[in-house]
Amino acid sequence: MQDFAEAFRLAFTLVLSGDPDLLEIIGLSLRVSLSAMLISCAFGLAIGATVAVLRFPGRGAVIVLMNSLMGLPPVVVGLVVYLMLSNAGPLGFLQLLYTPTAMIIAQSVLITPIIAALSRQVLEDLYSEYAEQFRSLCVPTHTAIGALLWDARYSLLTVALAGFGRAVAEVGAVIIVGGNIAHLTRVMTTAIALETSKGDLALAMALGMVLLTIAILVNASVMALRSTAARHAYA
Amino acid sequence: MTTTKAGMRFAMALVLAAGISVPAVADDASIIVQSTTSTANSGLYDYMLPIFEKKTGIKVNVVAVGTGQAIKNAQNCDGDVLLVHAKSAEEKFVADGFGLKRSDVMYNDFIIVGPPSDPAKIKGDKSAGDALKKIAGAKANFASRGDNSGTHKAEIKLWKAAGVDIKDSSGQWYRETGSGMGATLNTAVGMGAYALTDRGTWISFKNKGDFEILVEGDKSLFNQYGIMLVNPEKCPNVKAKAGQSFIDWVLSADGQNTIRSFQLDGKQLFFPNAEAEPMQKAG
Amino acid sequence: MLDAVDRTTAGERIIASKAAPRGLLPMEARGLTLAISGKRLVDAVDLDLNANSITMIMGPNGAGKSLLIRLLHGMITPTSGSITWSGEQLNEGMRRRQAMVFQRPVLLRRSVAANVDFVLSLRGPTDKAKRDHILEHVGLLEHAKQPARLLSGGEQQRLALARALALEPDVLFLDEPTASLDPASVLRIEQIVSSAHASGTKIIFITHDFGQAKRLAGDIVLMHRGGVLEHTPAEKFFEKPQTAKGADFLAGRIVL
Ligand SMILES: Nc1ncnc2c1ncn2[C@@H]1O[C@H](COP(=O)(O)OP(=O)(O)OP(=O)(O)O)[C@@H](O)[C@H]1O
Ligand SMILES: [Mg+2]
Repeated sequence: MQDFAEAFRLAFTLVLSGDPDLLEIIGLSLRVSLSAMLISCAFGLAIGATVAVLRFPGRGAVIVLMNSLMGLPPVVVGLVVYLMLSNAGPLGFLQLLYTPTAMIIAQSVLITPIIAALSRQVLEDLYSEYAEQFRSLCVPTHTAIGALLWDARYSLLTVALAGFGRAVAEVGAVIIVGGNIAHLTRVMTTAIALETSKGDLALAMALGMVLLTIAILVNASVMALRSTAARHAYA
Repeated sequence: MTTTKAGMRFAMALVLAAGISVPAVADDASIIVQSTTSTANSGLYDYMLPIFEKKTGIKVNVVAVGTGQAIKNAQNCDGDVLLVHAKSAEEKFVADGFGLKRSDVMYNDFIIVGPPSDPAKIKGDKSAGDALKKIAGAKANFASRGDNSGTHKAEIKLWKAAGVDIKDSSGQWYRETGSGMGATLNTAVGMGAYALTDRGTWISFKNKGDFEILVEGDKSLFNQYGIMLVNPEKCPNVKAKAGQSFIDWVLSADGQNTIRSFQLDGKQLFFPNAEAEPMQKAG
Repeated sequence: MLDAVDRTTAGERIIASKAAPRGLLPMEARGLTLAISGKRLVDAVDLDLNANSITMIMGPNGAGKSLLIRLLHGMITPTSGSITWSGEQLNEGMRRRQAMVFQRPVLLRRSVAANVDFVLSLRGPTDKAKRDHILEHVGLLEHAKQPARLLSGGEQQRLALARALALEPDVLFLDEPTASLDPASVLRIEQIVSSAHASGTKIIFITHDFGQAKRLAGDIVLMHRGGVLEHTPAEKFFEKPQTAKGADFLAGRIVL
C-alpha cells in the first residue's frame, strides 16, 4: 500500500518537474504507437473493408484467422520481426533493428489484425443495412467500400483507438526489436519493465500512471475531435 | 523474397509518408553493444559511456539482455561489441569465428541473498558450496534465473561443484523464474527464497524487503566480464573501427580507472582486471 | 434527349417536363420463377408491362410482390424464366436506368443533401443546383443539412423518392412507399410520383391501398401465392375483377 502512495507522489513529481528523460520517453511512445496505428489503419481498414464487402471462397476461414490473430502474443510478434530484421535475417540489409522504425513495424504487425477484424465487423454490419440499396443502385465495389468507411468513420475511430491502446501498452514486441536502448528506443512500457527489474516498483508504478494518463488524454482528444467534427458535419 | 522486400519498401514508404521521420541509428558515429542486464541495471554504463562519448564522439547504444540472448544476438550480427560474463560461452563464441579476440575487462562478485529467518542456516558461510548444500538439504526455496544468462550459468556451475543435482528438485524447492535478475529477485523476495545475484544488481535493487546478504567473499563467487568485437568477416555490417576504439578505451588505463571509480552507495561494484598494453591487439 | 428546346436546369427537366416515355419498355417476363429451398415464392409468372401507364401491383401479404419487382429490377436472379426489356435480356446497363424505393427506406448515415449527392455522384459529377432542385421538389430543402436518420417517416420516404428521382430513371419501382404515412403525406408522394410519370418515367408501384390504386393506377397486377391472378386495366378491375379470387380480394374477403 505504501508503494501506491509513493507511486502517486512520484508520478506527480515526475510530471510536474517536466523531467526531460521522461518527456523523451513519452514522446517516443506516442510517436511509435501513433505511427503504428496509422499504418495499421491503412492496411487493416483496407483488409477489413474488402472482407466485409466481398464474398469469396474461404471467406469464413479468413475471418476466423483475422479474429484469432487479434490474440497474437506481442513477444511472438517481436521475435518474428526480430528474425526478419536481424542482420542474419532476410531484411537485415535495411539496417532497422534497434531503431524506432523497427518498433513501429512490430507494433503495426501486432495491431493490424485487430483493426482488420474489428473494422470488418463494423463495416459488415453497416453493409448488411446498405447492401440492397447499393445493389439497386449498381454501386461499384470500390465506391461501396468508400461509402462504408466514410459512414462508419466514428465507429472506426474507436477501432483505431483500440489498436492504439494495444500498441502503446505492449512491451513484449518493442523490447525485443527496439532493445530498450536509453535515449534511442526506450518507451514507457520498456522503461516500466526496466524499473520493475531494478526493483523500483514505486517508480515503475508511477510511470504506469503516467502511461495511463497519456492514454486517457489521447482518447479524450480524439473524442473531442469527433464531437466537433460531428457537429460541423451537419452545420 | 523480392515480394517481401517490395512489401517492406511499401511499408517503409508508408512510414515516411505518414510524416514520421526516424532518426537513423546506422551512422558510423554509433555502435551497438550487446550486454547484460546486470551491468546495465547497476548504472555502470550510464556512468562511463558519457565519458567515452565525449572523448571520441562515438555514441554507444547498449542492448541489455541475458548473456545467452546477447551472444545469440551477436551471432546474428545484431551488434558490434559483446560485453558479457560467461567465459566459456564467450570463448566458444570466439572459437566459432563469431568474435575476434576476447579480453578480460573486470570482475564483480556474486552473493547469496535470502530472508533473515535463514531456514538453511547459511548466514556467514565462507564457502558458497557449503551454503548451497545446506539449502538443498533443508529443501529451502531457491529462486534461479533459469534463463541461460551468465549469472544462471555461474549458478549451475556452483551447484555442480557442490555436488547437488537440482534437476530433480525443479518445481519443488528449486524455482526457475526464466527471467532477468531483477524479476528473479522480485520473485525471491516475494516467496522468501534464497537467490544468487551479482552484487551490483543487489545494491541498486530497490525492492529488497528485509532480505540480507548471507554469503559473500568466496573466490568461486567471482564473476569475470569479457569484451570482444563481433567478427567483421562474418558480419560485414559491424563497425569495426568504432567498436574497436570502444574496446581499446575500456581496456586502457583511462577506461579501467573509470570502471574503478564507479560507486553505488559508496561501494565499488566492478574491479577492473584487464591485462596491460591491450592497444596493439586490434583484429 | 427529351426536350432540346427546354433550357431549364437538369433537375427541372426530369421532374417537370412532359415527354414521351423513355426506352426500356415494354417489359416481358416469361415463366418467371424464384424458388428458395424448394418453395416457389414466385411461380411461373408471365407478365407484360407497357410504357404508358402506372402499373400497380396488389395482393395479400406474402404474395410475392416485393420479390417480383426485385426480380424485374435484376436485384435477384430468377431460378428459371426470362425477363426482357424492349426485347433485350435484362443487363447491367438497363439496371442503371431503373431505380427502386424500398418498403423500408435505407438512408445513408449522412445529411439529407449528402444522400442525394451520393446518388448523383454515381452517375456523373455532383451538381448542387440539381440536388437542391430535387430536394425542393420533394419539400425537403429546408432539411438539407439535417442527418437523414432524424427525418420523420414520411420525410424519409420522400428522401428515398428524391434519391431515386435523382437518377432520372426510365423505370421507377416503388414498394409501398406510403405505408404508415398520414393522408397529407400520402397525397404529397402521389403527386411526386404522378409528376415523374408525367415526365415519362414508367412507374411500377406496390400498394395495399385501394383508394391509392384508384387514384393512380393505369393497370393492376393482382398477385397471389407467387403467381399473377390477373393483370387488368384499372377501371375494369375496380368495376369487375376478371377472377373470382380478384373479386374476393376487392371485397376484402380472405383469399386463400
Ligand atoms: N430470402 C427469402 N428466403 C425465404 N423466403 C423469403 C425470402 N424473401 C421472401 N420470402 C418469402 O417469400 C414470400 C413473399 O415475400 P414478399 O416480400 O415478396 O411478399 P410481399 O408480397 O411483398 O408481402 P407484403 O405485402 O407483406 O410486403 C413471403 O412469404 C416471404 O416470407
Ligand atoms: Mg413487400
